[in-house]
Amino acid sequence: MTEEALKDLLYKIADDLLILGHRNSEWTGVGPLLEEDIAFSSMAQDKVGQSLAFYNLLHELGEQDPDTVAFTRNANQFHNSQFVELPIGEYDFSLIRHFLYDHADYIRFSMLADCPIEEIAQVARKLKGEIKYHVMHANTWIKQLATANEEAHDRLQKSLDEALPYALGVFEPSKFEKEIIEAGVYPGEQAIEEQWKENIAIVLEQAGLNLPDWNTIKPVYGGRYGEHTEHLQPLVEEMSEVFRVDPSADW
Amino acid sequence: MTLTEDKILELLKEVKDPEIPVISLVDLGVITGIEINKDHVTVNMTPTFIGCPAMDYMKQDVVDVLTKNGIDNHTVNLNLKTTWSSDLISDEGKRALKKFGLAPPPVHNNVIEDLDIIEHAECPNCDSTNTTLKSPFGPTLCRSLHHCNNCGEAFESFKPI
Repeated sequence: MTEEALKDLLYKIADDLLILGHRNSEWTGVGPLLEEDIAFSSMAQDKVGQSLAFYNLLHELGEQDPDTVAFTRNANQFHNSQFVELPIGEYDFSLIRHFLYDHADYIRFSMLADCPIEEIAQVARKLKGEIKYHVMHANTWIKQLATANEEAHDRLQKSLDEALPYALGVFEPSKFEKEIIEAGVYPGEQAIEEQWKENIAIVLEQAGLNLPDWNTIKPVYGGRYGEHTEHLQPLVEEMSEVFRVDPSADW
Repeated sequence: MTLTEDKILELLKEVKDPEIPVISLVDLGVITGIEINKDHVTVNMTPTFIGCPAMDYMKQDVVDVLTKNGIDNHTVNLNLKTTWSSDLISDEGKRALKKFGLAPPPVHNNVIEDLDIIEHAECPNCDSTNTTLKSPFGPTLCRSLHHCNNCGEAFESFKPI
């Protein structure tokens, strides 16, 4: 397996975490309830911290230091899925994204915890424990709100329907998919996708939310190789605004 | 001073969590190993949560306490070789947390299946378990928010992880 293949994997994980972490932080101060404001802020801190763990791994493989990588690239140089760059929308959309994305990362980190590359396995083992709380939080709120009243149910169903094609984009196959699987790094995106479909179906059923036939949903790919929506460039500019004022400053 | 592992541990007990100043790094379980090679001291640490901003400060505090005690030949490593678990918090640490007003984490033995484990945290004020989980997320990564129905106190709990 080439180093390029490994970096491809690490970049997409790191970028997903950084961008979603940033989106989560946009709820700080404006959450619908104090506790939920705190929850999204805390999850934002978790995710940004987790992205740093992966940027550090990339740095050890010869990429530039994490601050440079996180704050000086342009949108078309990012490898996050389009799903995570979408605006936070209303709380129903953010909860649905939180639910769909975190279930996927839980499976991803569980698989990577068995990676033969020790440094990656160590990071994954740690993250697996932390993301459990994210998943449990999402499950609780999805179930509670979807069964609360008609408006809550309809909002969540609508957001779910809008989110699913983008969520499938998280599993966009890598250029090096075959190579990575053959090297035993992890079982691959399709394996995560299959487990994810099973896991979310259980909770969605408990919540009374419908999953359409997967065959009717077209995944939104492109994010992994620099194709992004119009939302990413403004996000990147805002996220890196303070850093870019003085990239050599000591914070 | 003769350098022994015990001696270094004693010094490290001086280093407290910057946000919970009643508990030392040793009691928190983040010191994962001490190696002494001739006059070189290596201290290995692991983070509680990967995004915890206090870890860099704690690492620097370890460097400072070694230097302050004349141990200039040292290496302090913060890595994930050992995964931190809240089960590593010592009994003394748990007592200190409770006295501070923070409910200590329940022992989990690596089995955290759902939020039930933190649903009825013990109130550090009145010891009642008639409490409600307000949120699994709190003001820092390591804490959850609770309310005691018995004495009316709002309190935070250290999350089992």
